[in-house]
Amino acid sequence: MSALVLGKLKERFGDAIRATHDLAGDDTAIVDPAQIVAICTFLRDEPGLEMAQMIDLTCVDTIGLPEKSGSPAERYWVVYHLRSIATGRRVRLKAAVDDGPSGENPEIDSITSVWKGANWFEREAWDMFGVKFRGHPDLRRILMYDEFIGHPMRKDYPKEKRQPLVRRDFT
Amino acid sequence: MSQVNPSVGKKVVLGVPLASHFDAEDDLPTEPMTINMGPSHPAMHGTVRIVLTVEGETIKEGDVQIGFLHRCFEKESEHATWTQVFPYTDRLNYVSPMLNNVGYAMAVEKLCGITSRIPERAQYIRVIVGEMARVADHLTCTGAGAMELGALSLFFHNMKAREWIWELLEEISGARLTHSYVRVGGVFADLPEDFPGKLTAMIAKVRTVAVEVSQLLVQNRIFRDRMDGVGIISAADAIAWGWTGPALRSTGVAYDVRKDHPYCLYDRFDFDVPIGSTGDNYDRFACRMEEIEQSLRILEQALLQIAPGPIVIDDPRVVLPPRGETYNTIEGMINHFKIIVDGIKVPAGEVYSYTEGGNGELGFYIVSDGTGRPYRCRVRPPCFAIVQALPELIKGMCIADIVPTFGMMNMIGGEMDR
Repeated sequence: MSALVLGKLKERFGDAIRATHDLAGDDTAIVDPAQIVAICTFLRDEPGLEMAQMIDLTCVDTIGLPEKSGSPAERYWVVYHLRSIATGRRVRLKAAVDDGPSGENPEIDSITSVWKGANWFEREAWDMFGVKFRGHPDLRRILMYDEFIGHPMRKDYPKEKRQPLVRRDFT
Repeated sequence: MSQVNPSVGKKVVLGVPLASHFDAEDDLPTEPMTINMGPSHPAMHGTVRIVLTVEGETIKEGDVQIGFLHRCFEKESEHATWTQVFPYTDRLNYVSPMLNNVGYAMAVEKLCGITSRIPERAQYIRVIVGEMARVADHLTCTGAGAMELGALSLFFHNMKAREWIWELLEEISGARLTHSYVRVGGVFADLPEDFPGKLTAMIAKVRTVAVEVSQLLVQNRIFRDRMDGVGIISAADAIAWGWTGPALRSTGVAYDVRKDHPYCLYDRFDFDVPIGSTGDNYDRFACRMEEIEQSLRILEQALLQIAPGPIVIDDPRVVLPPRGETYNTIEGMINHFKIIVDGIKVPAGEVYSYTEGGNGELGFYIVSDGTGRPYRCRVRPPCFAIVQALPELIKGMCIADIVPTFGMMNMIGGEMDR
């Protein structure tokens, strides 16, 4: 794969691009979560990159992974896959986030202002991993029901745990 | 049926456009009302709920709620070996399970670094079963779409053709619907000996059905009035929403993973990527109908090109030993045991692999920690991105317009809710 995208990112953002790799041909940049909106806007608008599409947004709970990107406190990766319609190039961004100010839910800025298609993907990441997206217009659960407690894709959520759907608003 | 497109990106023209019959809307005083459409509604295929706020017949707000078919695909995958994930992928897009099988297998192969070593015959078989599944997928979508607009007999027509495809897939894999046929490193079994003849016959029959269905719908006043100019989306909007597949191509963007990032020998086939011009429901329908023809063309070429040869990679770390070796040699038995119990050892790392599914780009993002089970197995469902645009698209429509708009998005519950 070409190093063009990663090169341009490093040139423009310097230290905010913490590391890069291209394992199996996938260009990957590990980025500073505080700058995620600026980086995404740059990738979308910069001539020659024009990443017009956010293909995928997901999350990884790295608690059981032997080698992690950042400090041990940065437990979650928020992973973005972008693609350019014009050039066909792709890039993966990874932002490692810690448990956040409340110590319970990690937080990162929403990129719905850059691509509106991030809307449901961010809702799913919130639902499954409990990552809060600051500035998201409608951060509700999407796959699980409202009464569900916890975030099932976290590694410390037991697979066998059952939560029957019961109404909790009876008085 | 339209002419065969000579080049990529040529506009599909199925018949002539009909004039719109809508008159200027009369504004009557009304109060907003909330209506539940779904989760189980006869005009919606799949379980999805749309909470509508309507004023008269006009939709002011639509909240699309999904998740009724959530079966924890990603969580379950983390507790299965790499091979045991295949049956789960069958149940993602359950109308074209073969495409999911292929997509997942390719993701694991990419991380193992064995993509270039997959035998040619295995790749041709993957193309063949994948394109058969794509035809089945498009037949289902167009047939169900027509049924929801009142053309029930066309649905049966398409289901009849789909059944021919599934019968053939059953002969290959042993299962009519949940095939689990593809394996990491190749495919599970070779094609039956009489397969080429049966496939050729099937192609001819399906082509006849596709032509008949087109003829019945393209000049059908009711069908065209419900589809033409309804659910229009611009190319820029479709791109921003993350649309891919026939839905994106209906807006005029000729993005097809098979053409833009060829995999599985797709660069050896001569086929066209049909695109629409207005991005309305009729364009989405027409793109799908034309893609059926293109898939049939790929099938014909694949039948001519396929040659005898191995169907799995020659690598004991990935593939089970032959039965005889398993039962008669100690090495074979140990090898078999290790792969079944511990799973294939996929090197640590992460990879995103993408293929063209029935609805668009079907992506698998997998993370391995070097053990026999996925650390994270994320599927990027194409219709998830498409359906999220529905609330915006139906704003200002009539309730009746939801049915074709939603139908042509081809939401597959298993894929969207996982």
